[in-house]
Amino acid sequence: MISRIFPRLMQERSATATIWLLSFAVPLLTVGLAIGLTLRSLPILRDNSLIDLLTRTTWRPMAGEFGFLPFIVGTIAVTLVAMVISAPICLLAALHLAEYAGSQTRTLLRPLVDLLAGIPAVVYGLFGILVVVPAVGRYIAPFAESHLYFVPWLSPQQHATGYSILAGGMVLALMVSPFIISVAEDALQAIPVGVREASLSLGATSWETSKYVSLRAALPGLVGAVVLGFSRTLGETMAVLMVVGNVAQIPESIFDSAYPLTALIANNYGEMMSIPLFDSALMLASLLLLVVVAFFNFAAQMLVLAVRKRAGE
Amino acid sequence: MPHVAVRDLSVTYEGKIGFKSTTVEIPDACITAVIGPSGCGKSTFLRCLNRLIDNTPGARVQGEVLIDGTNIYDPGTDLSALRKKLGLLSQRPQVLPMSIYDNVAYGPRIHGTRRRAELDDIVRKQLEVAGLWEEVHDRLHQPARQLSLGQQQRLCLARGLAVEPEVLLCDEPTASLDPVSSGHVEERLIELKSEYTIVLVTHMLRQAHRLADYVLFMYMGELVEEGPADELFSNPRDERTRDYVAGTIS
Ligand SMILES: Nc1ncnc2c1ncn2[C@@H]1O[C@H](COP(=O)(O)OP(=O)(O)O)[C@@H](O)[C@H]1O
Ligand SMILES: [Mg+2]
Repeated sequence: MISRIFPRLMQERSATATIWLLSFAVPLLTVGLAIGLTLRSLPILRDNSLIDLLTRTTWRPMAGEFGFLPFIVGTIAVTLVAMVISAPICLLAALHLAEYAGSQTRTLLRPLVDLLAGIPAVVYGLFGILVVVPAVGRYIAPFAESHLYFVPWLSPQQHATGYSILAGGMVLALMVSPFIISVAEDALQAIPVGVREASLSLGATSWETSKYVSLRAALPGLVGAVVLGFSRTLGETMAVLMVVGNVAQIPESIFDSAYPLTALIANNYGEMMSIPLFDSALMLASLLLLVVVAFFNFAAQMLVLAVRKRAGE
Repeated sequence: MPHVAVRDLSVTYEGKIGFKSTTVEIPDACITAVIGPSGCGKSTFLRCLNRLIDNTPGARVQGEVLIDGTNIYDPGTDLSALRKKLGLLSQRPQVLPMSIYDNVAYGPRIHGTRRRAELDDIVRKQLEVAGLWEEVHDRLHQPARQLSLGQQQRLCLARGLAVEPEVLLCDEPTASLDPVSSGHVEERLIELKSEYTIVLVTHMLRQAHRLADYVLFMYMGELVEEGPADELFSNPRDERTRDYVAGTIS
């Protein structure tokens, strides 16, 4: 009896231990990464205070001036523009797929949306250079110049080239849309059919039902979808680097060039290593990115929880 | 002419039969039970009456449903106005993701009632009719999902009554409830039957015995027999009805 149960017990124990170890390995990796980056950023932090580094606006590595603010602002600006463009469109697209499209349209559209998710970032970047940048430079910026000149952040300076926050935001919006659409659609599909039918049976139209019932019932999931998109956008590098212009300045409008943290790291790592502290500055940039993404993920979780609580679940 | 009359109505689901051509008039001011074994087409039949069947992919409806004398399958039918006339109570209580108050006020708001005092009156009145007011009057603004299933079903009843329908369509409204809650819902239906035309789908013979004034018996997609409850139960004409009522087929 004992002899038969013993090996099984051992198996059980070792499986539990392995799973336990593995479930700690991944978070540990993140912690290790943060520690490594911190250690490598120490040299620059020894010479400059963190506050100075984060709030100064000049970036002249040769002169030993490392102001990170332009990069932080650039990262946030591109991400915000991307989210403002993509969130409403993607949510409506998800709503269409979940509740309005016929089954044929859906079977046609879904693979197309999934296909978007599989396209490499560099292709989006090329698309940005070939289509989005010229469109911004030639049409959108001149339009904004003559019609929106009184709106802060929307009025371009003279001679906008198109390599801008807006172009970066538009390319990112496109890139991130399949993720937002599919997560949002899942949230909408999860609403019981009966709840929608209850609304319809009271005489509500389809749109009223979507607006008052579906969007409300799926709200936690929809917020989650947008937030997921948000954190993907923050870390995206390749496509954005190709179209934002990469100028280390504090942008005054979305038609100005910017320089996101990811682009800074990708453009410079491996070059100019002879400049003192440059290497350490890039490590700090990586650490900043990690912290910003972690912060947004955390805030996002809190937001989803709060929404879920309000929705009464 | 009664509120609800059906002419040569049939439904197929991508070629498969939902129910076969049926002609019947539903008597007003009483409870008409639609009985028959599971899968015989009762729900499909009910969903045709307020055109909720439109929302089922693959369903094809032929024939006419006359609500107050007008064929609701005529093109150009105002679905919102139609559905306002027919309240629905489904198998599982389907509360909307909002407060108890807003659930009841949902329909009236959709149909244009905005004044707070008026809405307050409607909510109170219909919750009283549904026998729920005493239990919830001090927490009207809490999420409806926090109610028990039985309370949720009575809330759904109040919500349906709030748009002042003429007809109540009930699809096994007590199937997911415990006996006590079922009893509550049954009592409400009996109280309401003098004012409404009630169509009650049920696969529970006992419930049909307790509540029905008129009975439609469906079997394998066919309306086999109809008649006043006491006649149909005590003296069924068709053999299949006799077997079903006796409990030898199900
Ligand atoms: N959405 C649907 N798609 C395909 N077939 C369906 C659908 N709904 C019901 N049916 C079929 O139609 C027939 C009648 O079903 P239903 O009206 O739900 O019966 P009941 O309510 O009496 O149990 C059954 O054979 C069922 O399989
Ligand atoms: Mg059914």
